[in-house]
Amino acid sequence: MSQMDSTVGISRQIVDHEEAQRQLGICTSCRYCEGYCAAFKSVTRHRAFDVATVSHIANLCHNCRGCYYACQYTEPHEFSLNIPALLANVRAQNWEENIYPKVVTRQMQRHVWPYVLLTVLFIVLFSTAVGAPWASALPFYSVISHNMMVLIFLPLFVLPVVALILGLRRYWRSIGGDPLKLVHVKHAIASAATMKQLDGGQGQGCNYEKGERYTSVRRWAHQATMYGFLLCFLSTSVATLYHYLLNSPAPYSFFSLPKLFGVSGGLLLTCGCAVLIYLKRLAHADLGSQKRQRAEFTFTTLLLLVGLTGLLLYWCSGTPVAGGLLIVHLSVVATFFIAIPYSKMSHGFFRLAALCRESQLAAR
Amino acid sequence: MLKVLDAPAADRSLITPGAGSKVADVLVIGGGNAGLCAAISAAEAGASVTLLERAPVPYRGGNSRHTRNFRCSHEDSLGVLSGQYGVDEFYDDLLRVTKGNTDESLAKMVIRNAPESYEWMARQGVIFQPSLSGTLSLSRTNAFFLGGGKALVNAYYQRCEDLGIKIHYDATVIDLHIENKEFDGALVEMNGKQRYLRASSVVIAAGGFEANKEWLADAWGEAAKNFLIRGTPYNRGEVLRQMLSLGADSIGDPTQCHAVAIDGRAPEYDGGIVTRLDCVPFSVVLNKHGQRFYDEGEDVWPKRYAIWGRLVAAQPDQVAYSLVDEKSRELFMPSVFPAISCNSLEELTEKLGLPLEQSVETIKSFNKSCGTGEFHATELDGLCTRGLDVEKTNWARPLDTPPFYGYELRPGVTFTYLGINVDSTARVTFNNKQAENIWAAGEIMAGNILGEGYLAGFGMTIGTVFGRIAGQQAGQYVTNG
Repeated sequence: MSQMDSTVGISRQIVDHEEAQRQLGICTSCRYCEGYCAAFKSVTRHRAFDVATVSHIANLCHNCRGCYYACQYTEPHEFSLNIPALLANVRAQNWEENIYPKVVTRQMQRHVWPYVLLTVLFIVLFSTAVGAPWASALPFYSVISHNMMVLIFLPLFVLPVVALILGLRRYWRSIGGDPLKLVHVKHAIASAATMKQLDGGQGQGCNYEKGERYTSVRRWAHQATMYGFLLCFLSTSVATLYHYLLNSPAPYSFFSLPKLFGVSGGLLLTCGCAVLIYLKRLAHADLGSQKRQRAEFTFTTLLLLVGLTGLLLYWCSGTPVAGGLLIVHLSVVATFFIAIPYSKMSHGFFRLAALCRESQLAAR
Repeated sequence: MLKVLDAPAADRSLITPGAGSKVADVLVIGGGNAGLCAAISAAEAGASVTLLERAPVPYRGGNSRHTRNFRCSHEDSLGVLSGQYGVDEFYDDLLRVTKGNTDESLAKMVIRNAPESYEWMARQGVIFQPSLSGTLSLSRTNAFFLGGGKALVNAYYQRCEDLGIKIHYDATVIDLHIENKEFDGALVEMNGKQRYLRASSVVIAAGGFEANKEWLADAWGEAAKNFLIRGTPYNRGEVLRQMLSLGADSIGDPTQCHAVAIDGRAPEYDGGIVTRLDCVPFSVVLNKHGQRFYDEGEDVWPKRYAIWGRLVAAQPDQVAYSLVDEKSRELFMPSVFPAISCNSLEELTEKLGLPLEQSVETIKSFNKSCGTGEFHATELDGLCTRGLDVEKTNWARPLDTPPFYGYELRPGVTFTYLGINVDSTARVTFNNKQAENIWAAGEIMAGNILGEGYLAGFGMTIGTVFGRIAGQQAGQYVTNG
């Protein structure tokens, strides 16, 4: 272990509300971290921390860990603060409490097996359904017809999104949110789009993979992942429009919108996820939610596979592995769709909600 | 609870002056702000540097861990500092708090050098931010560190590592070998073993003795036992004592320490910022016999903050109790410990362990003596009592609106004034003559400038400016042969 590693003590992972009140009570008496992020600006507005306030602060936190490494009260100090872990645990508890069915959320937040099981299940299902040989160089829709894909994927996408929306509504009520106005959403989206909060307050970045040293790698990797994902989503949406409105089915040439969005998005998504996984392996596990670590790794890997298999499919189209690749790609995409509300993926939506709420509160 | 052991007895047979190789050109003793600035500056001057830090990694940085800003003069806006804060205004502020107990030429040198040091700090990786909420009054005079003093300390340690400075943690200096004003080496305990470390020059930046209660008891007697130490438990003054016994000229009042009134439930050591209590001006303060003893409303709190440590230290058992009612609850920053709250004064005095009859009597006569007028929390409002032995001259409002809240107050020691004398090049003197190769910086020499009182953020300015000078001088002493 290097010198900087030993600044991290054994840290608390307790998340009962009393512990949150205790730790945040110390923060609001100190306020040295106010410059780091919106979570601390919110902390300093309070003297007491009820459940709703703690939830709100937790969902503003980006786990940049600046406050941990700057804190004079971390272990071995008897005050034993570990705000990044505390808030990570509270956040995940919010997701587990608000997204139904709770049992699914809980399993997918904490375990690897649901992801593996779903992916395998889909591979078997698709292979059986299409009955196509694995080694097939057939054109795209000769393996699975477009209508069949829509039939399968529309409910796989819509049902989880409904679960997510209902969960967000429940969360919004639990933190006492006011009716949303466009200006709040605008603030929130502007903040998320630039990933403002991950700049560490003064542009110095996070204390993540290099412990007490600030770096901006996580911010860029996260940005690549988010925009990569959005581009892939855009690619699929545009392709669907092409198919139905322009009556122009896949495959498309490289200089078509679906391909341009898809390839650039796939590259960003794959590289972004790969870097995020690498950084997470270097970062200290006890500054996050430890019992959800493995599921977080699994989810990011799933997202990486969505991008990677998509890219491979593009490069290998017309070769004998294309059929098999398509089945694998569709299976990870299907698993991903189901995982949207139940996995770490939900953090983005809860964060947006928290940023909307913060915009409301800051305007008071 | 953190317990710092005394330094072990020195094994003097290990001290071999003039013999054996040197560990570095420059040895820096102390790894707080001043020592770190010295180590970096010496390395930048081309010297090889070894730094000794008495604490383990989590507690490294001395009391700099608990600081949060740097007082800085500036003719124009500078970084996060707005407006102008001239050298003369800064010096006037210093004269006011020290009542003239300062060295004008050293003080002005520090003040003039501050803006250049600000830029130097930023180049080393220290990140500044505009002043925090609740500290707007300092936005012109004090530059705040993003994340506070520990973030600053981290930045400096990273810079030291990048410069190849050798850092020893858990390293206690138990003896120094100085002959004819010339340093030869230090006997250091590290990893349970004693080693004699030789170097061509030395910078002493080992802080004061505020965490050494036995030493504090020399001046304060039994009372010292009830003091709380606000900062690091590692400032035990061992190096200061060695320097003085080796004949270094002393400076500063050996009996004085800077103490403030803090929450009596704070840990014995290292409670830091969160144990402060700002409620005194809006409260009635009783001693353990239920009597008032000083004008709580004498001036705005930042100006009276520092005298209450001594006031409480002079009370029986070094304890006092600050009582407010619901009217004042939101007027001050919360302490980390929740107030004792009750719906009646009788109940509150009982819970605080105060004598019931006397306490209630004191509060009743206080309430009766409160005049009428308009209350202004943020300015001297002249709302005073009339006819009491100890009047309250501002913010005097009767305690009559339940719930009532009570806090226990104890003296919290921040730093000590006794130190070693230095000249304007940070060089230590023996019998008024310059030492050959010994420099000092930080709290251990701050008494040269801060003879009494305190000015927020000025300790960091003294430590940074003198740390840089001491490091440059000690480095150049070696590199220029």
